Amino acid sequence: MATGIKDKVAILGMGCSKFGERWDMDPADLMAEAFDECLIDAGIERNQIEAAWFASAIDSVNVGPSALPMSMALRLPYIPVTRVENMCASGTEAFRGAVYAVASGAVDIALALGCEKLKDTGYGGLPQRSRGVTNDMVFPNLSAPGVFAQLAAGYRGTHGVDKGDLKRAMAHVSVKSHANGVKNPKAHLRRAITEEQALNAPMVAEPIGLFDCCGVSDGSACAIVTTPDIAKGLGKTDLVSVKALQLSVSNGIESGHASWDGASLLTTRAAAARAYDEAGIKDPRAELSMTEVHDCFSITEMVTMEDLGLSDEGRVVTDTLDGKYDAEGSTPCQIDGGLKCFGHPIGASGLRMLYEMYLQLQGRAGERQLDDPTLGLTHNLGGFPSQNVSSVSIIGRY
Amino acid sequence: MTGIKSWGGYIPRRRMDREAIAQANVWFDGSLRGLARGERSMCNWDEDAITMAVEAGRDAAPLHQRGQLDAVYLGSTTLPFLDRHNAGLACEAMNVAGNVRSMDVAGTQRAGTSALLAGLDAARGGQQVMVIGSDHRRARVGTAMEMLCGDGAAALVLDNEDTAAEFIGSVSLASDFIDHFRTAESEFDYGWEERWIRDEGYLKLIPRAMSELVEKTGIALADITHLIVPSPQARIPASLAKTLGIEADVMVDNLIANCGDTGAAHPLLLLTHTLDTASTGDLIAVVGFGQGVDAMLFRVTEHIGKGQTGRSIGDQLASGVTETNYAKFQTFNGVVDREYGKRAETDTPVRPSAHYRNRHTVNSFIGSSCNACGTIQFPKSNYCVNPDCGQADTQDDYPLSDTGGRVVTFTADRLTFSMDPPSYFGLVEFEGGARANLDFTEVDPDNFDVDTAVSMHFRVKQFDALRGFRSYFWKAAPIQA
Repeated sequence: MATGIKDKVAILGMGCSKFGERWDMDPADLMAEAFDECLIDAGIERNQIEAAWFASAIDSVNVGPSALPMSMALRLPYIPVTRVENMCASGTEAFRGAVYAVASGAVDIALALGCEKLKDTGYGGLPQRSRGVTNDMVFPNLSAPGVFAQLAAGYRGTHGVDKGDLKRAMAHVSVKSHANGVKNPKAHLRRAITEEQALNAPMVAEPIGLFDCCGVSDGSACAIVTTPDIAKGLGKTDLVSVKALQLSVSNGIESGHASWDGASLLTTRAAAARAYDEAGIKDPRAELSMTEVHDCFSITEMVTMEDLGLSDEGRVVTDTLDGKYDAEGSTPCQIDGGLKCFGHPIGASGLRMLYEMYLQLQGRAGERQLDDPTLGLTHNLGGFPSQNVSSVSIIGRY
Repeated sequence: MTGIKSWGGYIPRRRMDREAIAQANVWFDGSLRGLARGERSMCNWDEDAITMAVEAGRDAAPLHQRGQLDAVYLGSTTLPFLDRHNAGLACEAMNVAGNVRSMDVAGTQRAGTSALLAGLDAARGGQQVMVIGSDHRRARVGTAMEMLCGDGAAALVLDNEDTAAEFIGSVSLASDFIDHFRTAESEFDYGWEERWIRDEGYLKLIPRAMSELVEKTGIALADITHLIVPSPQARIPASLAKTLGIEADVMVDNLIANCGDTGAAHPLLLLTHTLDTASTGDLIAVVGFGQGVDAMLFRVTEHIGKGQTGRSIGDQLASGVTETNYAKFQTFNGVVDREYGKRAETDTPVRPSAHYRNRHTVNSFIGSSCNACGTIQFPKSNYCVNPDCGQADTQDDYPLSDTGGRVVTFTADRLTFSMDPPSYFGLVEFEGGARANLDFTEVDPDNFDVDTAVSMHFRVKQFDALRGFRSYFWKAAPIQA
């Protein structure tokens, strides 16, 4: 009988590069920046790492589709290194690989690192790529904001929300994240914005305007994990352990069957339910201290609050405008500034979210530090609302 | 008796304002000012001779009837492919069964009428035939042709029983009269002097053909109710009436003012327009002119009321959207080298092997219906999409091309590459419950939202400049009121 992942693995150390338009950095440089911090934090030597997982989702820019770039960049000692690609959940997938390796007893210490170099495309936004030989013949030639804008139309259709009210709540999401990002030296965008700016920004994909979009940046983040006992043996106190790691992947029902409402992510709902169960969480609204969710676009963050059960169905507009997810709200969201301010180097984002949760749980988040957090949830969402990969992870004090 | 059973015409929704074309060009050629009246029909960026042919063909016969056609002939001088069967692709898009005799007829403005005559022969031989004329007329910048031509298509279904217009007889003349030409090496037409074309061409060759037609059929010129003689020259119908000694109002309006000359499609388009409002007993003569003449005669029967199966030409003429942006017109016609941005550089070629195995999906828009639970779905797959069913190998073909739907979600995307930004796309739910993520086309931003009713249209999906290829797929368009 499976017993889940709860408290079987502890985080020994983490690292995160500065995110941004790192014109002077190759992926190898970004990886080294995150890794150096992580090794120091973990207090181990490189040759103590027994296995590693490397997340990089986009293979067309500088990083080939294998684990070689990471093993070469970090001069890992001829250990097994596995590359994982699962769209925006890639970073969390690398973490899951490392955590499962430790939990299985196969290795004592494992590394997970995510890295993406997005700013060699020559234009703003994510790189335009083929969707595959068959899909290219039938799929609309869509952009990321274009597919997530569908959620806004779906949400309006399902809940009868006024266009203006929805747009105002979306603006609030971005204003809140920018306010948090100002306090984070590793964030890409560190400037406060006003609701008026967000509302009046140029339209990208209706109703998503420029300030409803997360940034596009280069970055890397990593974690070294081990068992709680080994962590203690290495002199660690105030351990942060893994409480739940869940993933859910669309099977085509959303895009092909009339039962889906277009206003929710069935994957996030499935992953969240399993994660709460795995972590032993009965009332997420009361028990979760904070969340870092996939705010690729403001509307995505809003819908996710309902998918995670933090807002009632059809109520996220009100909850958002009431400040429930602000830094001083009952469940702060994107306390580090989120994808909004960090940008979204695909392979790195999941680990970057965990990095903030880890710092917060250890009381090391500086100006952003929340009051005594105990459990933090991270969430990634890759693909389209109707066809996607969604991960929900929970870490907390051991 | 052999004749026309049903018909459908297609005029693109966009109409280019001639005044806007003139304004941009009279600095060079002052004579264009005299043509700056009315509008000409204009293909959207995703339309061409094939997509318009499919629109007209679908209007001419319902889905089940198209499946039973024995032959489909497509007449055009602007077929996108010189060596890939254009009519064959149109047949797949129209869900015509595979055992069809299909044929591209090209090389002259008579392509439409010659295809029609060949089709009538086949129909007389017992076949059910669809004949389509379609032309997307590109013209050199700053020419009269650019202003006088239009884009459009028309389709006729020919049969032997209960026809709406019986075929009485025809005459064809071949004559190497080079009023204009276009070669395999040249992009645009090269034309000769209008006065010579009128005097030596229209006013000599057509009277000769008409007198032979009268002799052959025994029908007097004076008894003809409608005479169709397409020409971009506005004065030709009146001059011809005079030469022939018939009443001027017998000449059918060439729709120069609100459509333009649609080339090989035009005689068939004018014929469908005439049939839309014809009365039993009317005699309709149709002339095709191009290095010779095709002239043919039809008599309208008591079944005339059953033949118009789609939107009338008059209705389409009345519901256009005026375009005044000449640069956009030039871009849509591919006559300028526009900067499309780096996102347009993404190389997503169609691989013929993958296209072939998916052609029922891509060309024919065939989804499936589950024979276990009845759920309609797209694309057809191995396991039923219904979460309460999920059975394997229970999917029967179900064409979605003629199924209506509604918008579930959408956006207007200004970031992604589009030939006509913003790009509208989103989730469509079909009647019966199937869903698909589709591009939208012909969107009126002020009248488009969740729940807007849509119909499906075969359109160009992508131009592959690197290989000179163009790919097609189905898009959803708001149903025209």
